[in-house]
Amino acid sequence: MDFVQNFPAVSILMCLFAGIISSGMKKRSARYISMGLIVAVTVLSLCTLLYILKTGQAFVYVMGKFPAPWGNEIRAGVLEAFMAFFFCVIMFLSLEGGRKKLADEVEEGKTFLYYVLSDLLLSSLLALVYTNDLFTAYVFVEINTIAACGLIMIRQNGRTIKASARYMIMSLLGSGLFLMGLCMLYDLTGHLLMSNIKEQAALIYASGEYRIPLLIVIALMSVGLAIKSALFPFHAWLPDAYGYSTVSSAAILSSLVSKGYIFLLIKIIYRVIGFDIFNSSKIINVLFIFGLMGMIFGSLSAIRENDVRRMISFSSVAQIGYIYMGIGMGTQAGIGASVFHILSHAATKSLLFIAAIGLTDVSGGSRKFIELTGAAYRNKWAGAAFTVGSLSMVGVPMFSGFISKLLFAQAAVQNNVKMLPALIVLGISTVLNAIYFMKTVIRIYTPVDDGKYDSIRFKDMKSYTVILICFILLNVILGVSSQPVVDLIDQGLAMFS
Amino acid sequence: MGANLFSNYGEMVAIILFVIGFGNLLLQSNLIKKIIGLNIMDTAIYLFLAEKGYIEGRIAPIIVDGIQDMETYINPIPSGLVLTGIVVSVSVSALMLSITVRLYQRYQTLDLDEINIRLLKEGL
Repeated sequence: MDFVQNFPAVSILMCLFAGIISSGMKKRSARYISMGLIVAVTVLSLCTLLYILKTGQAFVYVMGKFPAPWGNEIRAGVLEAFMAFFFCVIMFLSLEGGRKKLADEVEEGKTFLYYVLSDLLLSSLLALVYTNDLFTAYVFVEINTIAACGLIMIRQNGRTIKASARYMIMSLLGSGLFLMGLCMLYDLTGHLLMSNIKEQAALIYASGEYRIPLLIVIALMSVGLAIKSALFPFHAWLPDAYGYSTVSSAAILSSLVSKGYIFLLIKIIYRVIGFDIFNSSKIINVLFIFGLMGMIFGSLSAIRENDVRRMISFSSVAQIGYIYMGIGMGTQAGIGASVFHILSHAATKSLLFIAAIGLTDVSGGSRKFIELTGAAYRNKWAGAAFTVGSLSMVGVPMFSGFISKLLFAQAAVQNNVKMLPALIVLGISTVLNAIYFMKTVIRIYTPVDDGKYDSIRFKDMKSYTVILICFILLNVILGVSSQPVVDLIDQGLAMFS
Repeated sequence: MGANLFSNYGEMVAIILFVIGFGNLLLQSNLIKKIIGLNIMDTAIYLFLAEKGYIEGRIAPIIVDGIQDMETYINPIPSGLVLTGIVVSVSVSALMLSITVRLYQRYQTLDLDEINIRLLKEGL
């Protein structure tokens, strides 16, 4: 066994230990530990990725001394390592970009707890990405939920506490369904490791027995994870949770937490149930339809919104709809497009949240549109970043959102039945996106000269500006040189099965 | 179909309890009732697992008299899963209860709809 194969397990354990250690630390050292940890995990994931690309095959790491059908395993392929790497990068940028705001909004003695929670969140995300054992996945789903709830609640006001209560309730409904599906699947197949379940599921399916229980298992798991990742009819908790929590939390929740669940669902499709069995069930049509509805209704709610943070949150509902539409198409290309959209949405949405906070800060802290007039002149970099994010969400070439829309359209063309609805809704949703994002961009670039608010110069907030520039670069890189990323995703998906 | 339902009555009860708990967690507006629903739902899942894991006439896999025959013992994994699940559900219940305490201190009510109304009045 090569030394590199230890890295995934080590990075998960490192995050857990960092969480424990920093709970006894002062504020500043907790932050240094957390940031150092994220950088270390980024490097480790990158090494893992390069190693897998070199050897050309995924590897399995046995946790403990028991071999395959009994023990617990970690599995790392191209896509897993790449996701871990990407999640770490976004996490770093989001935490650093919202740091100033965090100090304002959270009680003085409690900021170190924020870093404890973010360490735990990172560990659970990594475990969701890497694990090869379904029950481990369930446990880390719950850890993820608890950590995310803490991230919402750490800013104490009535709104956030209520939002976290609703978030917990919806998440618990989702994980209840997921656990029930998991138990039924265990009873059907007798295994908990993903690769073993897949073999048995294929046998059961071929024998024609237990078709209905298998269908119920697929339904329970997909609906459970869809509730947790805020697919359209289950999104009621989302605008409050994203709109009122501190900005790093909003960026992390929208771009990482919900994506972790979706990635788990994709893993279940490929590595647990089996791609063909999943696609022959009717569940994917349900996901497809709710994805389409989410794309439209999410955007409509965003247009009605008069609060910039809540508008961005509602836009998340629409983007989650895109991802489920891709999964629901039932083709390899559709899932590839979904995975790319996970990346592009993560990069763009966290950018928008971080940039929006820069704009509202120069408008007297108000988030209403009318106060934002001319904000881009007062905070030039935040204005530029917000514009880049908006263009990317709308799908203008050169930015990452364009590539994901292109991939979705290409995937739709391959599926005769679903082509027409997918393309029509894609078009409508693009127009709706353009309406509310361009409205905001025009608003922030409308000059006012009453001099009511102070403008901010580059020197005043250097680190914030650097983070914004990194985000812009990330977006442009994903948009301009997308082909290597798309190849990587295809290679990773091929490695899944 | 009917005979299957009768012979698997334990699983049936578990599923009915699951639905009751799920409905309570989803539909009740009182937070404490929601948490009770959550606990019923989770317990129903453990009942389902325990029911599936037990085989009539077999004993726990602890070897005392040297019998190593597979037919003597039950599968211990479902019991292990139940234990893990209980730990998880205890921690989420504790978190939910602490959120409920916070909301009660702030708004003097346990009703989520009522809290919504007061939040709107607060105009935050």
